[in-house]
Amino acid sequence: MKSNNQTQPGFARRWLLYAGMLLLVVIMVLPFAWMLSTSLKAQEYILQTPPELIPNPVTLESYTGLAERIDLGRTFFNSMFVAVVGTIGQIIVAAMAAFAFARMQWRGRNTVFLLYLVTMMIPSVVLVIPQFILVRSLGWINSYMALIVPPLFSAFGTFLLRQSFLGLPKDFEEAAFVDGANYFTIFWRIILPLSQPALATLAVFSFMGLWNAYLWPLFVARRDVVMTLPVALATLQASPRALTEWNMVMAGAVVTVLPILLIYMLAQRWFVSGIISGGIKG
Amino acid sequence: MPGLKGWQKWKWIIFFLAPSLIGLLVFIVYPIISSFWLAFQEWNLLTPPEFVGLANFQELLNDQDFWRALGYTLNFIVLYVPAVFILGLFLALFLNQKLRGMVAVRTATFLPVVASWVVVSLIWKWIFNPSYGLVNYGLEVIGIDGPAWLFEPQTAMIGMVITSIWKDVGYIALLYIGGLQSISETFYEAARIDGANRWRQLRHITLPLLTPTMFFVAITLLINYFQIFDQVWLMPMRDSAADRQLEVIVTEVVKNAFSYNRMGYASAMSWVLFVLIFIITFVQLRLQNRWVYYEVE
Repeated sequence: MKSNNQTQPGFARRWLLYAGMLLLVVIMVLPFAWMLSTSLKAQEYILQTPPELIPNPVTLESYTGLAERIDLGRTFFNSMFVAVVGTIGQIIVAAMAAFAFARMQWRGRNTVFLLYLVTMMIPSVVLVIPQFILVRSLGWINSYMALIVPPLFSAFGTFLLRQSFLGLPKDFEEAAFVDGANYFTIFWRIILPLSQPALATLAVFSFMGLWNAYLWPLFVARRDVVMTLPVALATLQASPRALTEWNMVMAGAVVTVLPILLIYMLAQRWFVSGIISGGIKG
Repeated sequence: MPGLKGWQKWKWIIFFLAPSLIGLLVFIVYPIISSFWLAFQEWNLLTPPEFVGLANFQELLNDQDFWRALGYTLNFIVLYVPAVFILGLFLALFLNQKLRGMVAVRTATFLPVVASWVVVSLIWKWIFNPSYGLVNYGLEVIGIDGPAWLFEPQTAMIGMVITSIWKDVGYIALLYIGGLQSISETFYEAARIDGANRWRQLRHITLPLLTPTMFFVAITLLINYFQIFDQVWLMPMRDSAADRQLEVIVTEVVKNAFSYNRMGYASAMSWVLFVLIFIITFVQLRLQNRWVYYEVE
């Protein structure tokens, strides 16, 4: 009797849990719903009290207004281009290095890997100024190079993939060597296909980092031709005395957040495993 | 390992390692070194850098703005870190229950984690709008006259702490869930046989075995929040008292570097921040054996 009572949640407890679930969903989703709702209202309706969650009438005028204010197609393309190319690049660079660290024996390996670990501990603010100066002297300011190249080399990706590569059995390579394969074939045909979950995890993290980046693009890509969505979005807030057109700002927020939310829904598994494996590294 | 020896093998090692290693040296190691060098220079990007020894650090000691920024940073940490540390734990225990619909609730909880700080800042700026925002409307309904939120430093800080908790609590909970799921079910079975109730199981199994995760969470939170930037840069209303006064260390660094073109001084400040983070992480590492419980293998 007693043990039954403990394994099966009681009636009251169950309802309490469902109430908690509902409350949690409301707290987490309401701000997004409010963003969407505001973006679908005309300017004169967003200032009404009491605020209404369901827009009446629904209008897309804030989206057309937004498209007049910023080059929406261009900024969207910039964000997507930087995130996609940067993600592919990060994966290639990290996977190759991780292969050298996890699947090859060489003198000095642990020392070099320690260097990678140390760079992960430096706060990004220490890097921002000298990286800016470096990128400026390379003539990369206001170019895609500045947005894509420096982030390629974070040691985090190498670290993440090395963990996964280490877990694969040694026999694969030995059999492949006997069959006359070289290191590249082993890397490309054996290690990478067997590490798809880890690669997917890194892909989700790289994409999210590049898509959401603000501080770095703010200083290296101010001009419209290479400006990304977060930077363009932040410029929409009105100058001191003018009234911010919140419906337009919220339309910009919808456009910025929607792709990453969709990717999250599709790639949830990798996202979750990424955070958890990232958590183990401590 | 069979296969190549000597130079033949090194050629392959260089092939695989070179892109990453060269990039790391150029874009991370060299900047770290040059940042250190910069900390002892006076440089406005236009005229050549001039060596000034420790002058930047001396100036920092007397810089009221820096001390105020440090104060606000600590203030932020004191308000935010314990709150999200505990709320994240409760949330993880809650989300880890096996109940129908929990997957959807988890998905919703992690939405803010995925959204960028720019988007989150702007949404909450609108929610905290004193005249038309949801927060003050809610307060009005229960008969409270809401404050001006993002216009005044202290209320702006509270608003930003609330926003930060909303944004990060899912991430912290996910870290805890990882820890919870690594606890073996056999501990709970044994406890149940001994007649331990839910509370005793939490107190004597879950919490002790979760301390390594808690330790990681505490370290991560402090490292990240000493570097708080995005929300402080974006949320206070422009030209309000909050915008003029509420600076944290990183916004102070960014202002010195990119508004006043004081590259050397800003670098010195960023190194002071690094040393602060380093000391705090080191102290945490030293204190860990007082409370972190590792399973004996």
